[in-house]
Amino acid sequence: MSTPHSWALRESATFDRAAIAAIDNAAETGLYDIRGWGAKRAVPHFDDLLFLGASMSRYPLEGYREKCGTDVVLGARNAKYPLHLDIPVTIAGMSFGALSGHAKDALGRGASEVGTSTTTGDGGMTPEERGQSKHLVYQYLPSRYGMNPDDLRKADAIEIVLGQGAKPGGGGMLLGQKISDRVAGMRTLPAGIDQRSACRHPDWTGPDDLTIKINEIREITDWEKPIYVKVGASRPYYDVKLAVHSGADVVVLDGMQGGTAATQEVFIEHVGIPTLAAIAPAVRALQELGVHRRPDGVQLIVSGGIRTGADVAKALALGADAVAIGTAALIALGDNSPKFEAEYAKIGSAAGFFDDFQDGRDPAGINTQDPELEKNLDPVEGGRRLANYLRVLTLEAQTIARACGKAHVTHLEPEDLVALTVESAAMARVPLAGTEWIPGAPVTGY
Amino acid sequence: MDTLSTTTSSSSTVTTFDLAQVPLREVNSALHAPGLSGEFLITGPAGAHNVAVGVNAPVKITVSGHVGYYAAGMNQQAEILVEGNAGTGVAENMMSGTVVVTGNASQSAAATAHGGLLVVHGDASARCGISLKGADVVVGGNVGHNSAFMAQAGRMVVRGNAGHGLGDSLYEARLYVRGEVASLGADCVAKEMRPEHLEELAGLLKAAGYDDDPASYTRYGSARSLYHFHSDNVSAY
Repeated sequence: MSTPHSWALRESATFDRAAIAAIDNAAETGLYDIRGWGAKRAVPHFDDLLFLGASMSRYPLEGYREKCGTDVVLGARNAKYPLHLDIPVTIAGMSFGALSGHAKDALGRGASEVGTSTTTGDGGMTPEERGQSKHLVYQYLPSRYGMNPDDLRKADAIEIVLGQGAKPGGGGMLLGQKISDRVAGMRTLPAGIDQRSACRHPDWTGPDDLTIKINEIREITDWEKPIYVKVGASRPYYDVKLAVHSGADVVVLDGMQGGTAATQEVFIEHVGIPTLAAIAPAVRALQELGVHRRPDGVQLIVSGGIRTGADVAKALALGADAVAIGTAALIALGDNSPKFEAEYAKIGSAAGFFDDFQDGRDPAGINTQDPELEKNLDPVEGGRRLANYLRVLTLEAQTIARACGKAHVTHLEPEDLVALTVESAAMARVPLAGTEWIPGAPVTGY
Repeated sequence: MDTLSTTTSSSSTVTTFDLAQVPLREVNSALHAPGLSGEFLITGPAGAHNVAVGVNAPVKITVSGHVGYYAAGMNQQAEILVEGNAGTGVAENMMSGTVVVTGNASQSAAATAHGGLLVVHGDASARCGISLKGADVVVGGNVGHNSAFMAQAGRMVVRGNAGHGLGDSLYEARLYVRGEVASLGADCVAKEMRPEHLEELAGLLKAAGYDDDPASYTRYGSARSLYHFHSDNVSAY
């Protein structure tokens, strides 16, 4: 077939077709691109790490026979009722509003089936979500949409959100297409208008204030519930230290590959740091404060681009106590499935490329408030699929942990890892494969 | 409240907690008791934060002295009187009930409050009524800059002056100011006082214990020109 390449034409690496399309769209509409999903550019990621399986100097555990634990306790530091999860994979915060009611229902079902938590988002807690979720984390966001003390008391944990990986430093925008009467009512705003979610909390600024705010929430809920603090990955060493000083029981760290329902493309792709680069500084902060991997310590949940059990295992090995998945959970529900190929084509997209979550026309029935489209997602079937996927993630992480001789997935450690690239070695603080070299670290010898 | 019996004194009508003697946690816990009723007096707050937060009962609580951050936070049903000044975020996210501050209030008073009435008889600082979601706020004196920022619903009455950026990015909340407004925020405009607004304002003033002439006030609301994002509005962003 004749192609531009076969005509010896050369495409610019700088002004490639995506750049040309973006400029053309900006010139045509006067609007920048707002979209869902997370960063699409290639950044150093967990794929750039490998595990050192056991051999002569380490001995492995028998697959399917010898026990490899997966449970995790979150927030035992201050809370009367810490979360006891069966697996170290949780569901990240995603709002009703951004997601359909069926999607939230399915997330609750899937997570509960395997004994893990799901999380509300901007827009409040729905009865369906609370009802389907065995462990529900209630987000406390700058907008405070739908925030009320009754739901606060119904939560199993409370997550104070400072930011998210897709847009550290940014607020949110739920476009009018998705503001149904129900969504509008929960947010105390008129239906059909674009809704700004603030980027800063309205009644506190900085870590000293946050200390008081965390204590307020503890007082309101009688010190029963773990308090998480979620930050978008930008300066994780300092942010984690300040979160701990502020009194967080759990820190949630979301890298730049973390998803969003609607954010400016320029924000998604150019603000924040990759998940891989964020973990080591966060863990160092916890270690320096003496709260890493201790029963009375502060747990670290890492999110942003987790897809496989290998990703889970690598995050845990680098020091996370658990991970959270968002985009991957939606894919498990059917997002970007080839079975909707024809419907994607009708809205100018394709399976594997669809990211117009902000438009509310998701044929998978996930990123929509359209009651007809929502029917495309059966919450029972979606929940079953998500539970299956979570089981696979857990089994895969166990497989790797056993191969490294670990009787619990959280026993994985940086010593079990090497890096494939100089960049990933520097970011993850593990040696380049076949060497003892960690860029920037003193050479210590074998 | 057996655990507090040595440090509280009960009469037939008022139970007293002395914060100089009883830890805050015990006081708030006692105020969360199921089926709570009656009147309570909290003495010796000495600027303590988080006093009387999360109360959900039709009780009367008087705090005798100054309080720190978030006093009466997330209040439901209770009538809470602060005899003194209040720190940041008094009555934040209040759902119902009444909170009255006899002195001044710091910034973010009634932030995100969904219901109920906050009365500040003195001045309120910056961001009074920020992200207001349905509550009513009456301020006897002045309010600071960016008050009613992104206020979504509810009413705010200012008997004195308002600082810069009043009602910036306002949604559907209605603002009534008797004095000068240093400047209006984006999309906030003065609006006609129709009879229903005069009536509404008179009711709010009465509820707060004032009898000003509603006609001496100006109403401010959203021009609703920024309700949909568009680059034509870039100068307003």
